[in-house]
Amino acid sequence: MRCPKAYSGHPMMDDVRHFPEHAVGSNPPDAFDTRRRAFPIAAAIRPLSLLSFAVAWWAAAHLASNPQILPAPDRLLAFAWQELRGGALPLNIGITLARVIAAFAIAMVVGSVVGYLAGRSPRLDAVIDPWMVVTLNLPLLVVVVLSYVWLGLNEGAAVLAVAIAKTPTVFITIREGARALDPALKDLETVYRLPLSRRLWWVTVPQLLPYIAAASRSGLSITWKIVLVVELLGRPNGVGFVLNLYFQSFNVTGILTYGLSFAAIMLVVETTVLQPWERRANAWRRRA
Amino acid sequence: MPGDDALEVLIATKAFALPTRTSHIVLRDIHFTALPGQVVALLGRSGSGKSTLLRIVLGLDTVFEGRVRMPPGRLGVVFQDPRLLPWLTVADNLRLVLVDGAAKTRIEEMLELVGVADAANHLPSELSLGMARRVALARALAVDPNVLVLDEPFASLDRQLGTMLVAKVAERTRRTGCIMLFATHDLDHALMVADRICVLGGHPTTLKADVAVPAQRNAGTIERLRTELVAQFRFLGSEETAQPL
Repeated sequence: MRCPKAYSGHPMMDDVRHFPEHAVGSNPPDAFDTRRRAFPIAAAIRPLSLLSFAVAWWAAAHLASNPQILPAPDRLLAFAWQELRGGALPLNIGITLARVIAAFAIAMVVGSVVGYLAGRSPRLDAVIDPWMVVTLNLPLLVVVVLSYVWLGLNEGAAVLAVAIAKTPTVFITIREGARALDPALKDLETVYRLPLSRRLWWVTVPQLLPYIAAASRSGLSITWKIVLVVELLGRPNGVGFVLNLYFQSFNVTGILTYGLSFAAIMLVVETTVLQPWERRANAWRRRA
Repeated sequence: MPGDDALEVLIATKAFALPTRTSHIVLRDIHFTALPGQVVALLGRSGSGKSTLLRIVLGLDTVFEGRVRMPPGRLGVVFQDPRLLPWLTVADNLRLVLVDGAAKTRIEEMLELVGVADAANHLPSELSLGMARRVALARALAVDPNVLVLDEPFASLDRQLGTMLVAKVAERTRRTGCIMLFATHDLDHALMVADRICVLGGHPTTLKADVAVPAQRNAGTIERLRTELVAQFRFLGSEETAQPL
């Protein structure tokens, strides 16, 4: 049997020529790939889990038999459709989403740059670390209230408050990544006198990607929850503002509709953007 | 006095600091030069400080007493471990160190030279250790180096293949006027490839001898030199530093 093209003619491969063509190479057959076999089961578990949650909710709503306390899913869907047609739901979700993106981007950029520098320089870390520890332990409400007091009840203050609350966790994650950079590859950069852009994009960033991905995924889920608090305290629109309105009128249907709608959008972003990106960034690790 | 295009290494002392605040001297009184087109073997048993010496030559360790004068131009290096970037393909690992526009042709040529041209689009994780070391060698040659530094180039390679490969690289070195410096613990490999053999030994490690290998490498002269070296430096005759080919 012929050896696969990629290895044919290689002296080390002489002793495997009797194996079938797929036994050596980059495309092993499904029979040997347990991850690929396991995938359809894992893919089915997620929707089944969500379905069981909806069934449990529906059963609980019927048992409670009081829509003011726990409305059934169909009641929520009817209310969501009404809000969707009126335009209030997409408008408020869009506004909140914009705030989440802005605050998330600021926190990721600032936290990543400062975290990387602190990870590479113990002196800089000694200067910045106490600041980050204080910020990390500062109650969120204090940050939000002070932002509004000092900067006024405006968009800038809202976004800044969220960014300040999120930056320390990004900083800590990326700093760990910078500390874990392989010194052997640093030697390689030095010996071959690689230009700065190649050091950064070919050597450093790929090593940091798992840390950036972890910071992004945890960051997004925390950021949107903080944004709701910020909106509740000092903005005239957005999901947080609407939740406050419905809370004042004890409208559980409204609270659940807006809360779950936004959570669903975040879930979509997580599964369609962040998870595939993380998988792609780590593809070389899975093949190792 | 060697010219500007020669490599000159002078290490008075190299010490490592210990937790007890004392220092441990590992290298002392090592002085050698290498001229363009020369292949110099640094021969010593495992743990004798060859890699430390090479790190000093490469400029990766600057804490020592002495000086290293490098000729102008680029460096090529093969470390003991291949140090390929696992997220880049074999071809991209070579492209990483190339800055000119003719990178593609150069990459193909170098991979062909070391016999891994068919693996150009593979990730390093899909290669054997021996193949990965050959890719590292191709990367070192791709920059057209003035000084080529190889740390134990035969390790993890099939003995015959390793000898053939390094002989090929040594021939190229002589033809292009590059300086090749390679660390090895194998006397027979050093005798087969090098123009000069720097024997390292002792505690701390010092340069015990700087021996020229005759240009005419016939079996008689090589065997005579081998016998002389083993008689003079007993440790070269140990199993670790000499294996019959």
